[in-house]
Amino acid sequence: MDKLYFEDFISGDVREYGDCEVSALRIKAFAEQFDPQPFHLDEEAAKETMAQGLIASGWHTVVMLHRMNCDGFLGKMASQGGLGVDEIKWLKPVRPGDHLSARCTIGATRPSKSRPELGIVELNFETFNQKLEVVMTEKLIALVSRRPATAAAL
Amino acid sequence: MSLFFDDFQIGAESELGSHVFTKEGIIAFAILYDPQPFHLSDEGAKKSIYGSLIASGWHTASICMRLIVDHRVRQRAEAAARGEALPKTGVSPGVRDLRWPVAVRPGDRITYSSRIESLTETKRPEWGLVTSRMSGVNQNGAEVFSGLGGVLWERLKA
Repeated sequence: MDKLYFEDFISGDVREYGDCEVSALRIKAFAEQFDPQPFHLDEEAAKETMAQGLIASGWHTVVMLHRMNCDGFLGKMASQGGLGVDEIKWLKPVRPGDHLSARCTIGATRPSKSRPELGIVELNFETFNQKLEVVMTEKLIALVSRRPATAAAL
Repeated sequence: MSLFFDDFQIGAESELGSHVFTKEGIIAFAILYDPQPFHLSDEGAKKSIYGSLIASGWHTASICMRLIVDHRVRQRAEAAARGEALPKTGVSPGVRDLRWPVAVRPGDRITYSSRIESLTETKRPEWGLVTSRMSGVNQNGAEVFSGLGGVLWERLKA
């Protein structure tokens, strides 16, 4: 399988992928470890909260998206990790039984000034539920290797 | 002073505690949520710019969330012991400016803190929005994680 290098990410390109089923079990398992608030842990207690029922931790939704990214294209990407995330918005609650999918739109791209073997790619993610409502948006700045031939020519 | 939105102060800092990242913990998180070679094994990381295993940035952030929740639980227990009413805590509309300037490696002890950056009213009179700067620093004093997080928080009844 061909790797995806910096040169393969073209501003404006769109990729759609992923199908992640959200279960109460997984919501609670993540929350017990990382975000043990009542509306992520217990259906009954959650009814009395702002969430009005069990919802996934926002960080859980982030890593569910990230897992879809890894399975969708990050596995092929010559990724060198994330420089940072400019913004994550949690727009709608994610609940048991939801099916999540993802769309990634490539934003600005530029070669790294300090490391010629690397490039910087802005990835704009939307995460949808089965009703195709956007539940979360995320803007991530990724470090990606440049195609070896390109890097060698510099 | 209560734990309600109205009694929060911009600039107030909280020590959230620390967490030691183990090789096993780093790999377990990565298998479930971030299976990239440099988060899964030293072998896989050798070919990356990191040279050896590093924690997923989402792991570093998720541990911060855990320590924030634990801190709130401690604060609420103390307030309850003083006989105070306790506020409802709401959900988060989002986070901004997450940065991971230095890699987290097995054995690192990360100490987390938060500082209130802004307090804003919302369309809903019973809820205010608290925005805090989260930070994680390793045992050498280097910041490994930072970000701005928002959370809705109950206001005192007018």
